[in-house]
Amino acid sequence: MNELSRRKFLSRLTVGLTAAISAIVGLPIVGYLVAPLFSAPPDDLVPVGAITDFPLGETKLVSIRDPSPLAWAGQTADTALWVRRREQSGPQMFQVFNINCTHLGCPVNWQAGAKLFLCPCHGGVYYSDGSVAGGPPPRRLFEREWQVSGDRLLVRQQPLPTVKQG
Amino acid sequence: MRLLRALAKLPRGVASWLGERFEFEDSVMAVLRHPVPRELERPVGWWYVLGSATLGIFVMQVVTGVGLAMTYVPAPNSAYDSLQFISHGATLGSVVRGMHYFGAGAMVILVLAHMTQVYLFGAFKFPREANWLTGSLLLLATLAMAFTGQLLRWDQDAFWSIVVAAEQAARAPVIGGWLASLVVAGANVGGATLTRFYATHVFLIPAAVFGLIGLHLYLVVKRGISEPPVPGIVVDRRTYRARYEAMLARGIPFWPDAAWRDAIVATAAVAVVFVLAAIFGAPELGKPPDPTNVLADPRPDWYFLGYFAVLALIPPATESIVIVGLPLFAFVFLFLVPLLWPDGERHWSRRPAAIAAVALPFIAYASLTVAGIESPWVPKLEGGTLPASVTQGLAEPERRGADLFVSKACFACHAIQSAGGRRGPDLTHVGSRLNRDQITARIATGGGGMPAFAGSLTPSELDDLTTFLLTRK
Repeated sequence: MNELSRRKFLSRLTVGLTAAISAIVGLPIVGYLVAPLFSAPPDDLVPVGAITDFPLGETKLVSIRDPSPLAWAGQTADTALWVRRREQSGPQMFQVFNINCTHLGCPVNWQAGAKLFLCPCHGGVYYSDGSVAGGPPPRRLFEREWQVSGDRLLVRQQPLPTVKQG
Repeated sequence: MRLLRALAKLPRGVASWLGERFEFEDSVMAVLRHPVPRELERPVGWWYVLGSATLGIFVMQVVTGVGLAMTYVPAPNSAYDSLQFISHGATLGSVVRGMHYFGAGAMVILVLAHMTQVYLFGAFKFPREANWLTGSLLLLATLAMAFTGQLLRWDQDAFWSIVVAAEQAARAPVIGGWLASLVVAGANVGGATLTRFYATHVFLIPAAVFGLIGLHLYLVVKRGISEPPVPGIVVDRRTYRARYEAMLARGIPFWPDAAWRDAIVATAAVAVVFVLAAIFGAPELGKPPDPTNVLADPRPDWYFLGYFAVLALIPPATESIVIVGLPLFAFVFLFLVPLLWPDGERHWSRRPAAIAAVALPFIAYASLTVAGIESPWVPKLEGGTLPASVTQGLAEPERRGADLFVSKACFACHAIQSAGGRRGPDLTHVGSRLNRDQITARIATGGGGMPAFAGSLTPSELDDLTTFLLTRK
């Protein structure tokens, strides 16, 4: 009887210590790995060009660079945006679209002649104002907040847009 | 002379010394000689080789993978260049990368073939349910390896595949947002993304695969290789084990009586992959992964093209359910197979539903793959011209209309005499189907998946375009 409970105690001790080892090793590594989930998304205003770069009525591709990229990020620190100059001035002056199709994120392509954005993956189509013209996209193109500062156009950095966030 | 004779005996002596000191006779050889049903001596034994062939390719993948890791740089600013060096600069680099590439395709094919054979032979039934469950996890791991491997190519296709993967993950209920940021390891595909996929591809999943293969083989030896099914002989949980024991009592040792077939097919599989790699080399990379280059046309490797097609062809309203639900359903079903049908008939000729359960998904996926290769839903973005036979001899305003057809991107979705996109209807004979009012209305207001062009065409342009299309009879 005494022997049995001693064995029970020793086996529980061993299992417990093994669990302790797992916790000591596991907790820091899990924290390290899930950290990106809790890091604050980028939220800076980044200049994309002079206002005069964007003629009225045209939609142009601009690229912006992550202001604080990892040193080895290379080209992936760049992001492209479609900037549409709607009006000469005022709050309706610009529309800044993410290039990501709202269907599954592929880069949409502006067709100046047809005044449409076309997606190469599954055939999503959008009008020049970003509204859906055809294909599988569930919603209009994502837009970014912008500001005019002096003669520069600034655009807010943003995480990869997903349908849920929209 | 005596010395030579002694030397000739040396290898055998060393082998037997090692075998004795390391106790191989009681471990490795005992396992290799485990008894298998005598029926496997007959030609039906050729059906039992697919698992070993998969294992042979897997070992090749590990070896070539280690080789590639000696040169590959898993950093976003260097990965593409290091792969170009492997493919074009390094001695035998193209062959090694080619073996890894064709090996990945071979893994997918062989795992599915192995699984199909096991399913049709009813070998997943009692008492081998856990063999099937570990095998299902190995299928999952194989697909995960294939996908993460494509991403390590770090070209334009790879970059956008990660974006698409993250967007799909984001569709999952509740945890979608978390999953998406876990996939890209942050807010955007960038510096942290590639290193994570690299570690996942070379450490995490392989570690799981090694463990699962160990467990899978342990169960194969412990539960014994299933006997070839015979119509009418059913699995009964009360009597099966005794019947199988009796069968093994007059069985044959796996080594070498049955293993030679496995060796032949595994050798053939590895040799085919090697020959493909030696002839075709490593696949060319796509364009560099420049997120600002919107002239992208991302496509997965051939075994995922069917799934790519699904995403384009299903009704948008059902999409979130299909993206999350279909793979989930497929794998839950896979895991439930041995739990729902652990006994009864094993032979495929007495299980018509099982034949349908194999044939229908294969046919469906094959046709989806064809659709994925053709991708008729993708607009033709690179532009082009109408054939001379269409434009020749056109007078104004038809000529202006023909120019507008191309410049206003009608051409991207509509074909005339097989030039142009295939997203919308072919307009070669549209003039005989529709009158002027119908054509004008359709262009101006769109409908049926077509955008409205009233905002991007002036009334006179619309008129010219319609006049041109009316001549297409």
